[in-house]
Amino acid sequence: MKKLITTAIALMSAGLLVAACSAGDSNMSAGDSNMSKSTGENGISDNPDAWSGYQTAREGVRAMNDDDFENPVMPYVDLAANIYDSRDNKGNISCADCHGAPEDETGGRSGIPMKGVGASYPRFNADTGKPINVELQINKCREERQVEKGFKYESDEMLGMTALVNYQSRGMPVVSTAANPDDELHSAWQTGKDFYYQRRGQLDMGCNNCHEDNAENIIRAETLSQGQSNGFPTYRFKWQKPGSLHRRFRGCNKNIRAANFNYGSDEYLNLETYLAWRGRGLPVEAPAVRK
Amino acid sequence: MKNKKLLAKLSAAAFGVAVAGAISFGAQAEEMVSFEIVDETIPQSLTGKAGDPVAGRKTAINRKKGNCLACHVMPIPEQQFHGLIGPTLDDTGDRFTEAELRMRMVDSKVFDESTMMPSFYKTGQHMVLKKFVGKTILSAQEVEDVVAYLMTLK
Ligand code: HEC
Ligand code: HEC
Ligand code: HEC
Repeated sequence: MKKLITTAIALMSAGLLVAACSAGDSNMSAGDSNMSKSTGENGISDNPDAWSGYQTAREGVRAMNDDDFENPVMPYVDLAANIYDSRDNKGNISCADCHGAPEDETGGRSGIPMKGVGASYPRFNADTGKPINVELQINKCREERQVEKGFKYESDEMLGMTALVNYQSRGMPVVSTAANPDDELHSAWQTGKDFYYQRRGQLDMGCNNCHEDNAENIIRAETLSQGQSNGFPTYRFKWQKPGSLHRRFRGCNKNIRAANFNYGSDEYLNLETYLAWRGRGLPVEAPAVRK
Repeated sequence: MKNKKLLAKLSAAAFGVAVAGAISFGAQAEEMVSFEIVDETIPQSLTGKAGDPVAGRKTAINRKKGNCLACHVMPIPEQQFHGLIGPTLDDTGDRFTEAELRMRMVDSKVFDESTMMPSFYKTGQHMVLKKFVGKTILSAQEVEDVVAYLMTLK
């Protein structure tokens, strides 16, 4: 019973304190004052101020990032390349049968190449009315075309396949027009943007507190980057394996003691849509390597 | 503006029943104490007891508690990696009163709504991870201990 009482008091006093500071303070919130700083107007042209965690990574980490033979994601890519070519599924048809080899720019029989995918996702999925990212698109084909259960979101197969697909776009600039009010992804973009600037968790921070206001600054032993998404899936030494963008979201949420959302959840798809726009113009770096 | 006075005195019994079931199992939140904010300071000790500066230094270092080193350089040479988000804290005892530091620790957003510094004695934030719902980052005594430690930095 004592616990329950505490919650009530806690909520009450928080409310009072908030009321007290908004009455006496005219400061704008961090979100308001910085929204236009590094992200430009709601434009659709490239964001010239964007840079990725590659810039703040150490020399040795960068070297691994740049050398395909050393890049620790490549074994996962190899695993996925075997699956890509395999007809061992209920549809008895391989990814390659429809799309050609991963690097085939004509896209094989379907005329839909893997090149360019990593630079232009998430896209709008008319069937669901929501954004669809590369992971979910891979599973769409897996389920609809190969008549198999989709890969688990954070499985080696999915990480490898996403890396294989995104790797075909390496160096291509990220494209997003989601800020345009006419864009089909616009409402997802707006929801993602609101999420980005919403303070959350016991530590009460928005993504912007770290990745916009303090990019390049040092938080304990880490140098903060802009928290861009162009390198995912990314190998992290901390994880000792590659991880998806949504895993990274979950980590950043957890560090500020905020509730997590599921892999592939609407919340994270919207956030991913916003981040793609935020990093528009950055070259695709997937699969990247980070501390 | 400066004269705002806030009484955060609340009666425990009055709200208890209304939120039955709202707190997660295994939570062990200690009852939040009431305190009075006067001109952006909290003059009285939250616990009525003096803080322990030695314990406060430990709480400041502890990554699961104060974690002040994430953002501040402090005279704590045995710890590597001090962050640079906030100002260096090496003369807080000269520059602030105890009442000011207590306010700063309890809820730094009173000074600047846009600050990144967490409010260490506050609840009700948005989308808090379940096991921290209804809990403050530091206990009232830990706040007092950290304040006592900051007063020794001169
Ligand atoms: C308390 C500070 C903090 C907050 C708040 C935070 N992050 Fe992070 N984030 C980090 C740190 C530290 C890293 C690792 C170093 C770096 O690249 O910034 C990181 C890395 C990232 C990366 C990987 C960047 C790269 O180039 O590899 C992404 C993406 C990211 N964060 C997204 C987010 C999003 C989205 C939010 C809000 C939901 C968020 N972060 C909130 C601290 C934070
Ligand atoms: C039977 C043919 C077929 C097979 C097999 C197939 N796909 Fe597809 N794929 C398509 C078609 C058609 C589309 C476009 C329509 C859609 O979204 O389903 C598509 C779309 C895609 C896209 C999005 C391309 C873009 O430009 O938006 C990716 C990525 C993709 N497939 C990957 C894969 C992978 C990986 C596999 C194997 C696990 C696979 N596909 C198996 C036919 C196939
Ligand atoms: C996430 C970053 C962060 C953490 C963690 C943090 N602070 Fe701060 N702190 C700041 C920032 C930023 C400021 C600058 C003023 C402002 O924005 O409110 C500040 C200001 C202060 C000040 C006022 C200093 C001055 O010269 O004006 C004190 C005192 C202080 N912090 C103490 C602490 C203590 C003690 C802890 C640990 C219990 C702590 N802070 C944890 C970010 C942080």
